[in-house]
Amino acid sequence: MIKIEKRNDVPMALYFFTPFIAIILTILGGGIIFYILGFNPIEALKFYFITPISNLYGFSELLLKATPLCLIAIGLSFCFKSNNWNIGAEGQLTFGAIVGGGVALLFYNQEGFYILPLVILAGAIGGMVFALIPAILKTYFNTNEILVSLMLVYVSKLLLDYLVVGPWSNPEGFNFPETRQFSDSSRMPLLFEGLRIHAGIFLALAAVMLSWFTLYKTYLGFQIKVSGLSLKTAKYAGFKGKTMILVVFMISGACAGLAGVGEITGPIGQLHRMISPDYGFTAIIVAFLGRLNPFGIIFASLVVALTYLGAETAQIFLQIPKYTGQVFQGMILFFLLASDYLLFFKVKILSLKKNELRH
Amino acid sequence: MYKNFFKYLISAIFLLGFSVNSNADFKVGFVYVGPTGDHGWTFQHHEGRNAVEAAGIKTTFVESVPEGADAERVIRQLAQSGHDLIFTTSFGYMDPTNKVAKDFPNVKFEHATGYKREHSNVSTYSARFYEGRTLLGHIAGKMTKTNTIGYIASFPIPEVIRGINAMTLAAQKVNPNIKTKIVWVFTWYDPGKEAEAAQALIDQGADIIMQHTDSTAPVQTAEKAGVWSFGQASDMQRFAPKSILTSIIDDWAPYYVERAIAARDGTWNQQDTWHGLKEGMVAMGPYNSAMGADLVKEVEQLQKDLASGKVHSFTGPIYDQKGNILVAEGKVADDGMLAGMSVYVKGVEGDIPK
Repeated sequence: MIKIEKRNDVPMALYFFTPFIAIILTILGGGIIFYILGFNPIEALKFYFITPISNLYGFSELLLKATPLCLIAIGLSFCFKSNNWNIGAEGQLTFGAIVGGGVALLFYNQEGFYILPLVILAGAIGGMVFALIPAILKTYFNTNEILVSLMLVYVSKLLLDYLVVGPWSNPEGFNFPETRQFSDSSRMPLLFEGLRIHAGIFLALAAVMLSWFTLYKTYLGFQIKVSGLSLKTAKYAGFKGKTMILVVFMISGACAGLAGVGEITGPIGQLHRMISPDYGFTAIIVAFLGRLNPFGIIFASLVVALTYLGAETAQIFLQIPKYTGQVFQGMILFFLLASDYLLFFKVKILSLKKNELRH
Repeated sequence: MYKNFFKYLISAIFLLGFSVNSNADFKVGFVYVGPTGDHGWTFQHHEGRNAVEAAGIKTTFVESVPEGADAERVIRQLAQSGHDLIFTTSFGYMDPTNKVAKDFPNVKFEHATGYKREHSNVSTYSARFYEGRTLLGHIAGKMTKTNTIGYIASFPIPEVIRGINAMTLAAQKVNPNIKTKIVWVFTWYDPGKEAEAAQALIDQGADIIMQHTDSTAPVQTAEKAGVWSFGQASDMQRFAPKSILTSIIDDWAPYYVERAIAARDGTWNQQDTWHGLKEGMVAMGPYNSAMGADLVKEVEQLQKDLASGKVHSFTGPIYDQKGNILVAEGKVADDGMLAGMSVYVKGVEGDIPK
């Protein structure tokens, strides 16, 4: 018979160490899968985790891919820490990109140093406003924020579809579902010539610093953490629960909106239907892998970004199906949850006694 | 100063990429928008790749590459890792392909269905799918009992509108009472949406379903509902053996082999290719015997005439929905007009989404 007991003394050091265990187990698991598929596991893993970042270009691509993941996950950490389950970051990203992209199109063919900041600001506000919808519905109408935020993802994607097919489509573009290319004044400056890494990475780093400061050095951060540990305590302490819900959703939405606007003013340069390969959902894995800790999230976003790049490289060099990337992301989450379970619960195997069986 | 340092470093990396290239290990790369098992668009490009491989040329492919920020990296990686010719097989790769082409002047690029050739190492290619639509229209006009043809359309781009018009014109020729009903699904591949659209059209009285999308869902829906259908992009007969009358097949293989050999032998030139039934880039699947021997014979003759140029899909007089003349009697539409087609011909119901 198996008995599961809650552990009373969870060592904090181990708590921050389990993500590494999860990553090691994922790599081992990946090696086994490659072996079963008939590839040399060492070679496959090398192409997966080393080749993509073995030159400067690859490294810049890693940072480029990690930037939106990091930004969104930072935002999500505010929600998740306070027990608010915002699953709709993808929608907030999309809506932020729509608003930011709209401003960029408004300034089409104009020059000015103020245009890009306006575009970025618009993106952040767009994401923020979109995240306020599930927050307000939750605080004032007791709706379930998981459902509402998730459904709004489809709303924003359909709105984007409508805009790029219809009113915002490029007039010279033969009706193809995309807008004009933004002018240079609306584009993120590139950090190095020939590389795609752009100034958006500073937004992500600023978000990391700000979130660390807010979470660990301010009263708001304290409220958020207490609400996450125990809602009843938070209420008893007299924290304004409703305001806090609104604030964490706004932070989360603004970060997702920034991620969206960073993508369209950075590597993409226009609005079209495929602005995000589900960064908003992948960032949920990133947030948990990073233990909802700002610096953990930097690390986690790099790891998860690498699974994307690795999948491409492995397909190019070894023709391993690209979907292994998703398998890796799934494995990371699985091993993380599994090791968390073992961390928080004791599993005891008890031998059965005869008299117990009679019952 | 640092900026210059990086500039040199990056050029060095690029040069390293070039130095890998030599004739002995000539390699061709393919970028696909969907999975190789979609049984439609990507499946056919993959078949083309298999033919290149069979011709003794090494190839690589990357599947399901999103048309966003990732495409440029994948194309660049292929260029960097010693691929000499790269086929990017979806419209959304147009700008990334041209961007990467600029940095790799010694690598050749072939972009499917696009219109931008910004550098001398970028070619574009597409197929005259509308010739296949003319055959479908002829069959549909003869086979329909309700005089209603249901058409599932993806995006209102010239290629799709051309297909709708070619089909409608051919159907009108054999059946003046024909109506074409269209559902726009705004996706190339979404089996759920495509199946819903097919059902909606069947509910509105369409007894013929055709689609300009990539999945097999529409033909399967038609099979279940007991109406006629046509396969798109590949031979979809086995997915709806009773319902499918024929399929329009995109056969990229001869083109891919020809271009790969040209690039290997140094005879590759920039060009804009638009091949049809004549060259075999558009082919037809087997005709369903339910059509009857006479109709099959008729369609086979029409297929020959389209291939030889005796018949053109867009022969005047052609009118738009308001009755304005588009192509005068005795004239045929030129390629420029076809490439930019953005109005429906008379007989199509509804408006083009704007």
